[in-house]
Amino acid sequence: MLELKNICFSVPGEKDILKNINLTIDNSKFVVITGPNGGGKSTLARIIAGIQKPTSGQIFLDGQDITELGITERANAGISFAFQQPVRFKGVTVKDLITLASGKELSVSAACDYLSEVGLCARDYIDREVNGSLSGGELKRIEIATVLARKTKLSIFDEPEAGIDLWSFKNLIDVFEKMHQEIDGSIVIISHQERILNIADQIIVIADGEISKVGSKDTILPSILNSSTECKYFKEGLQ
Amino acid sequence: MNSLLKTMLEQVSDLHDVPIGAYNIRNNGKSEGRNSTANIQIQSKTDKPGIDIIVKPGTKNESVHIPAIITEAGLHDLVYNDFYIGENADVVIIAGCGVHNCGDQTSMHEGIHRFFVGKNARIRYVEKHIGEGDGSGKRIINPQTHIEAEEDSYVEMETVQLKGVDSTKRVSSAKLAKGATLVISEKIMTHGNQLAETSFSVDLNGEGSSANLVSRSVAKDTSKQVFRSVINGNASCYGHSECDAIIMDEGVVAAIPEITANNVDATLIHEAAIGKIAGEQLTKLMTLGLTEKQAEEQIVNGFLK
Repeated sequence: MLELKNICFSVPGEKDILKNINLTIDNSKFVVITGPNGGGKSTLARIIAGIQKPTSGQIFLDGQDITELGITERANAGISFAFQQPVRFKGVTVKDLITLASGKELSVSAACDYLSEVGLCARDYIDREVNGSLSGGELKRIEIATVLARKTKLSIFDEPEAGIDLWSFKNLIDVFEKMHQEIDGSIVIISHQERILNIADQIIVIADGEISKVGSKDTILPSILNSSTECKYFKEGLQ
Repeated sequence: MNSLLKTMLEQVSDLHDVPIGAYNIRNNGKSEGRNSTANIQIQSKTDKPGIDIIVKPGTKNESVHIPAIITEAGLHDLVYNDFYIGENADVVIIAGCGVHNCGDQTSMHEGIHRFFVGKNARIRYVEKHIGEGDGSGKRIINPQTHIEAEEDSYVEMETVQLKGVDSTKRVSSAKLAKGATLVISEKIMTHGNQLAETSFSVDLNGEGSSANLVSRSVAKDTSKQVFRSVINGNASCYGHSECDAIIMDEGVVAAIPEITANNVDATLIHEAAIGKIAGEQLTKLMTLGLTEKQAEEQIVNGFLK
């Protein structure tokens, strides 16, 4: 279980990015965080992963205060994070990255399985370098595969749908559903996509640095879709 | 063969024993063993130290190993090796130099290699340089490679220096005739207060000739590297050079490109990028559970692989 208590984040001279966020994510839950661009969703995800430190507030993972833990320690405590903009590496191959993610020696076929799950024809990719020769969509799927390979109790995905073509979209939904069934961990996805919101156990709406709504998809989704201003953001997300 | 020589050979040329095919093993300035084959003749020069390696026209799928090892402190080994590659031949040449210095005097190897590559011949030339030993004496390796590539020949050169060499000046030059291709890939890592200078000079003289020079390097501690590349496009040709460097600690890297198009149909490109490891690369690997140090090693190893 992940608990955020009174999390605030501000940058000196700018407006407050997160204002007193209190949030609990129960075990094995599929949670989607949504809301307008610039509302603080990515910052919140990065604070959970330890990439950014909150200005104030506390974070607990299974009761343990992890506020002061660094990125590596949080990763080893069971938190995974898929970047919105995947990082490129010269010389590091797809197999290297998936092997590092899994934390153990992987056979080629085991590494290939993760790639196949995200819809990449594994043999074509396994020895490729994770560099600029791969398209944005390919990098994005490899990024998702690294999180699948980690099998941690908490997996956070920052806008996984960005850059994934519509043909592969169904496949992406299947990936998350399968992951939810298999790893018995919590999944947190930041998304603007109605189809991803649709498979959530819980939807959290963050706007202007605050949680504006929390609830099941049946209670939250209709209100989001009927709200004209927020609908605008969903259209932007689809583009 | 003594055990030190064996280990050094393994490191510079992946040899576990005497190689198959043609070879010449140079140890402390003297030949430790030599073998010629029906198609590849190795003979000593009569006017200066070194050997002539003569590959018969049409020789296919054969290899030549010419490792040079220095284990004596204070030795200055100068050698001239000339390769004559016959038309239509296709061979692999594995050079490589290891200096093991346990003494307090400088040990130095200077290998001056010339390649005369015949029409339509292909060679792959691999050289690996290492320095070892815990003496305070310097380990210096200064290789020179001069290539004359005739029509439609193909020359590929891989050069690697990953540790222990205190100072290196690497000078490579090539003249390419019509349709000839040159591909050079260089990997260098320097540490301590080492110095590595690389200088490429390529004349693309023939129509349709092309050269691709790629250098990847890492400079750690207070080491310094200089990368110079000169490409002259004297015909309708294609030339590309690329210097990609990671600097760490107080490492210094300078890239000095010079491309000159003397022909309106010459296409020449130079790319250079120098910088420290990108913070987001470290962050990504740390989110996979690596420590910052492990992440750094992983990135450097991948970069130089």
